[in-house]
Amino acid sequence: MIEINNITKSYKETMALSGINLHVNEGELFGLIGPDGAGKSTLIRILMTLLLPDSGEAKLDNLDVVENYKKIRKMVGYMPGRFSLYQDLSVEENLNFFATVFGTTVQENYDLIRDIFYQIEPFKSRRAGKLSGGMKQKLALSCALIHKPKILVLDEPTTGVDAVSRKEFWEMLKNLQQKGITILVSTPYMDEADLCDRVALIQNGQILDVDSPKQITEKFPRKIIQVGARNMYQLINDLRAYDKAEAVYAFGQYAHFTGLNDEVETNELDNYLQNLGHEKILVEEIPAGIEDVFMNLMEQ
Amino acid sequence: MERETIISARNLVKNFGHFTANDNLSFEVRKGEIFGFLGANGAGKTTAIRILCGLSSPTSGEVEVAGFDIYRETEKIKKNIGYMSQKFSLYEDLTILENIKLYAGIYGISRKQRKEKESELLKKLELENVKNKLIGDLPLGWKQKLAFSVAIFHDPKIVFLDEPTGGVDPVTRRKFWDLIYEAAHNGITVFVTTHYMDEAEYCDRVSIMNAGRIEALDTPAKLKEKYNATNMDEVFLKIAR
Repeated sequence: MIEINNITKSYKETMALSGINLHVNEGELFGLIGPDGAGKSTLIRILMTLLLPDSGEAKLDNLDVVENYKKIRKMVGYMPGRFSLYQDLSVEENLNFFATVFGTTVQENYDLIRDIFYQIEPFKSRRAGKLSGGMKQKLALSCALIHKPKILVLDEPTTGVDAVSRKEFWEMLKNLQQKGITILVSTPYMDEADLCDRVALIQNGQILDVDSPKQITEKFPRKIIQVGARNMYQLINDLRAYDKAEAVYAFGQYAHFTGLNDEVETNELDNYLQNLGHEKILVEEIPAGIEDVFMNLMEQ
Repeated sequence: MERETIISARNLVKNFGHFTANDNLSFEVRKGEIFGFLGANGAGKTTAIRILCGLSSPTSGEVEVAGFDIYRETEKIKKNIGYMSQKFSLYEDLTILENIKLYAGIYGISRKQRKEKESELLKKLELENVKNKLIGDLPLGWKQKLAFSVAIFHDPKIVFLDEPTGGVDPVTRRKFWDLIYEAAHNGITVFVTTHYMDEAEYCDRVSIMNAGRIEALDTPAKLKEKYNATNMDEVFLKIAR
């Protein structure tokens, strides 16, 4: 449904995208996972026909993003990273406006947005600028869907959004996928990768890996040792000081330890920490998560 | 061992017209603690932080920050705190060095002291070779490190960090927390908000706000026990949903 072949884009000396290749299948929920400055928005803007690539080509539903930009704009729904609805129009006016621009009516496609829109319907006469963050997001999604797009593209819809609203938003995306819409979504939150069918890990304008989240973590060859102790600050400093430590990072209530050549065993770390007088020590080998993989790939 | 209290709020209320943004907040933060201030969007965190920083007065309640009264001694409070947010921290069209000088000037640090601390800081952050570069040209991770260092340049008693790590890559995010740990280790109290629930685990204690109230306040370990959860994400969802 989305084909990207060797796309490059630079801004002055900064290489924003260097040779991106990517294919998104029909009906897929596909995630672009990467930090700020990775090139996610640049890639999305090229796909949305808002920016021209320096070289390479991209097609959405077999339509070229440069030649067929008008047709593409009619069949994609786009939710940009910054709230871009009309702040001084009401909720209802915004929705009607976008429906009219796309030559349709709210009634005609109401089915698609019902589950999302009913939550903000009580506030339909309120100006968009006066809505809370969560409500703005629901309105923006409704407006992006009102012309029943084949492909929905969302640029960091959950950035700066609290954990509860993030969860709800992903449930909405899953429901839309059920209705046959192909979804491309970008996010800097690594934990959201697990909610996608497939993801591309992107950093510094390059794709580090593309696969299902399960495959990405399962094929990761390194040995990750999870370590816990009462005093985290001391624990991390001591683990880093260990002569066979390659990488040590905090992961929530634990630290993740990678040994040089994966040769460090759990019992040896355990002994090391006991000798240093740590309390409540826990040392166990665990399967890697997306964030472990991402961090490892970006440091290579 | 009970540590000295550095922030205390008793029955803090803030109303905007008929809307109660902070509904009777009572809490204490101890010296040198990393205090996580969590809550859903719109729960009232920003309102409370603005009050604690002396930028806004409460409708009622007693609040002391760094030993100063929130109604009468806001200027003294401002001198004793540092503040950093992702949205506003450094001037993009000034160089690294100019930003440091500006902040040092605002906080009345003497030229001699500034020069000493400035070279120490540039060395620590490995920015000596780029000190005359514009902030706008720096990668986000560097900006954040510098913004944090500038926020504590005048050795404040407390530093307020409002979502300091949004959007950065996972390695940079963790390196940023190394700086937070170090500051706390050196006796600076850290008051931090975040949407990353793994970061809530790094805090000594965490409060969770919902609809203007503090619904829970304890160490991450005790909160997990109390809410029968395996991580802070679950705790948060149970409280805020």
